[in-house]
Amino acid sequence: MALNERDPVTGRETTGHIWNGIKELDTPVPRGVLMFLVVTHIWAIGWWFLVPAWPLGSTYTKGLLGVDQRTTVEERVAEARRERASWTAKIETEPYEAVLADPELMETVRQTGNQLFGDNCAACHGRDGRGSAGYPNLTDDDWLWGGTPELIEETVRLGINSTHSGSRIGQMLAFGRDGILDRNQVTNVAAYVYSLSHADYSTDKTAEQIAAGREVFAANCAACHGDDAKGNQDLGAPNLTDDVWVYGGDMQSIVSTIHGGRQGHMPTWDERLTDGEIRTLSLYVHDLGTVQP
Amino acid sequence: MIRQLTGSERQLAAIMLGLVAVVGVAMAAAGRNDTMGVHGLIVMLFAGALMYPLFSAIGAPEPTEDREASYYDDPIKVGIVLSMIWAVFGMFMGVWVAAQLAWPGLAFDGAWSTFGRLRPTHTSGVIFGFGGNALIATAFHVVQRTSRARLAGQISPWFVLFGYNLFCVLAVSGYLMGVTQSKEYAEAEWYADLWLVVVWVTFFVLYLRTIARRKEPHIYVANWYFMAFIVVVAILHIVNNLALPISWGSAKSYTVWPGVQDAMVQWWYGHNAVAFFLTAGFLGMLYYYLPVRAQRPIFSYRLSILSFWGITFFYMWAGSHHLHYTALPHWVQTLGMTFSVMLLVPSWASAGNALLTLNGAWHRVRDDATLRFMTAAAIFYGLSTFEGSFLAIRPVNALSHYTDWTVGHVHAGALGWVALITFGSLYTLVPSLWKRERMYSATLVEVHFWLAIAGTLIYVFAMWNSGVIQGLMWRTYTGDGALAYSFVDSLVAMYPYYIARTIGGLLFLIGAIIGCYNMWMTVRAVPETVSRQGDLPVAATVPGE
Repeated sequence: MALNERDPVTGRETTGHIWNGIKELDTPVPRGVLMFLVVTHIWAIGWWFLVPAWPLGSTYTKGLLGVDQRTTVEERVAEARRERASWTAKIETEPYEAVLADPELMETVRQTGNQLFGDNCAACHGRDGRGSAGYPNLTDDDWLWGGTPELIEETVRLGINSTHSGSRIGQMLAFGRDGILDRNQVTNVAAYVYSLSHADYSTDKTAEQIAAGREVFAANCAACHGDDAKGNQDLGAPNLTDDVWVYGGDMQSIVSTIHGGRQGHMPTWDERLTDGEIRTLSLYVHDLGTVQP
Repeated sequence: MIRQLTGSERQLAAIMLGLVAVVGVAMAAAGRNDTMGVHGLIVMLFAGALMYPLFSAIGAPEPTEDREASYYDDPIKVGIVLSMIWAVFGMFMGVWVAAQLAWPGLAFDGAWSTFGRLRPTHTSGVIFGFGGNALIATAFHVVQRTSRARLAGQISPWFVLFGYNLFCVLAVSGYLMGVTQSKEYAEAEWYADLWLVVVWVTFFVLYLRTIARRKEPHIYVANWYFMAFIVVVAILHIVNNLALPISWGSAKSYTVWPGVQDAMVQWWYGHNAVAFFLTAGFLGMLYYYLPVRAQRPIFSYRLSILSFWGITFFYMWAGSHHLHYTALPHWVQTLGMTFSVMLLVPSWASAGNALLTLNGAWHRVRDDATLRFMTAAAIFYGLSTFEGSFLAIRPVNALSHYTDWTVGHVHAGALGWVALITFGSLYTLVPSLWKRERMYSATLVEVHFWLAIAGTLIYVFAMWNSGVIQGLMWRTYTGDGALAYSFVDSLVAMYPYYIARTIGGLLFLIGAIIGCYNMWMTVRAVPETVSRQGDLPVAATVPGE
């Protein structure tokens, strides 16, 4: 091997192998690499002694530290629950009025509720709770099914037109499509509904149509929306006089709502969230509607 | 292509294509009420498309007796072209899915164009389409040159190359139709998997037989890595894809692995796909094209041995670090973590061996963008193997797992290491293979280099930031012990990084397109050189071999 070529740059001998011009130097493995190798191996072997590491048939080496990820996570969860118990217990057991009257507790509700709302409600109602077309705005203190914490809790638990056996049920018929009202009646009642929140819409020109619409309304709509059109929270029937709209308040949207009917859906959260979480969310949503800037 | 085959070989090729077409007909018939039927049509079209060049040259003059006196370069050339086509396709899909994360409307309300379907077309497109074709092409090149022997088959190289691409086409087209096993990087369904087994075993036998013909006493390091790549990928692929189809006419199958064992097998597969597909194979490339381009001997043969056996041994144990803090038993996680840390030394030994090989050639690194591609690749290889070992440590993983940090880590490896070493190798290989004296434009290679570096850095830094922010947001508690942020809050925080990532990917894609143009023009416009006399196998002088 003494005949092997010496590389002029490094002064090292080659191994004597040549592959299509490629040669290799016979450089020894640098001492730093070997030391690094030893260090990582010692670390690994040490670790194997400390924690669960090697299988032994039907069991495994438990390690000197006696840790196991299952017990660790159970302990941590229990500890976290204990830390939160000071306020979760109050929210779970005290009446809503008492919680609402406690500014410190309400601050906790706003923080915790914000995360719960983001993970469970924001997909439909928006991160800020302002909703979008078809999904009610929860911040305007205008409620379909009632805005007290108790009623909100019921909505959260049961859902609306949901799979829950006690679900809140609300449906507006497809008056036009199903032939209950003819085309004229639909446009007349739409004009009437529109005029309820747009006083300036009632002019001499529209007065006749609005009057005709009022008659249609009394015969077909008042049963749910009330004679005064201020809605009925027992049925989830919206107030039509306040210019707050779930499906849009321009004339075209109103016409298509009357024509095709509406049926909203909200899932039941009864089994998916804990009592404490539902109560926190109910307070949070109630609070969204009342503390508007 | 066809002129290198004898008459009987052409007939055999025609029969094989006919058989493939028959299989396609059978699939189309059996799966006529299923997406598998569409795949039957694709198989028929694929076989038909290959019959065209075969039959249009079936009567061409036969090769002369001294066919064995030259290297078999045609499959390599086709492999390079296919690799670059897949590169542009796969990277485009990557940019598209990246943009979808920032602007979800870019799914255009199609089922096929949702993120869930496009994402595997990106990963399979770049890993298997771009990377796999480049590996097959360079493996064919390196094994012939370092063995000084022609490939040990005339049809089998074509079978491997086109068979592999048929697998890629079936995989990617299947994703768009919703055909998937839902196993990451192993999404292709059972019939495509079976086909790949046939192709891969052929690849293995071809490679072994070519090595057996070698005229050099020793087997070069690059071949060790290519062999490890071929052998282990076969094992991984078979074990992870063991599944039972619900019927012979359905694209749906169920894995034989139950529960957490399925997860463990999947990540044993997934991590070793990184190890033996994306690392070992590309180290084979590095060990050949880097010393050739630098015109320097490998720094240390002993270091090559240490790192090869270290990498092949330790990687096998590391897969469970993908399942930290899951239903997987604690002890399996410990083994995955400790072996991942021990793996760092052999990985760095490879990167160091590559970089120290450049001693005496640093002026070339400065002047030659092609060599710089390979140098940067070795540096990114070192960085991402360090990051990999670091992320495998359980408490670190507790922060990084499920975040964009993982995505950033993967792309530091995939863009910075795999793609850069491939481009460097192809820029070395293309002029040599087509017997051109140089690439069409050194400036465009330079432009590609800087686009690729800029794209990689923008991408990786964006994902590091976004990953760490995500991880921290998910574990931030309020003073009351409740979570401070909802998941959607962390998504909102990701928005600027998703845009930055899209831009990084776009720069990388533009670089690849420039590379395609440069290679195309090299073949089209650079004059042939005759100074490649020495590039011949030794078999030329041994009649009857």
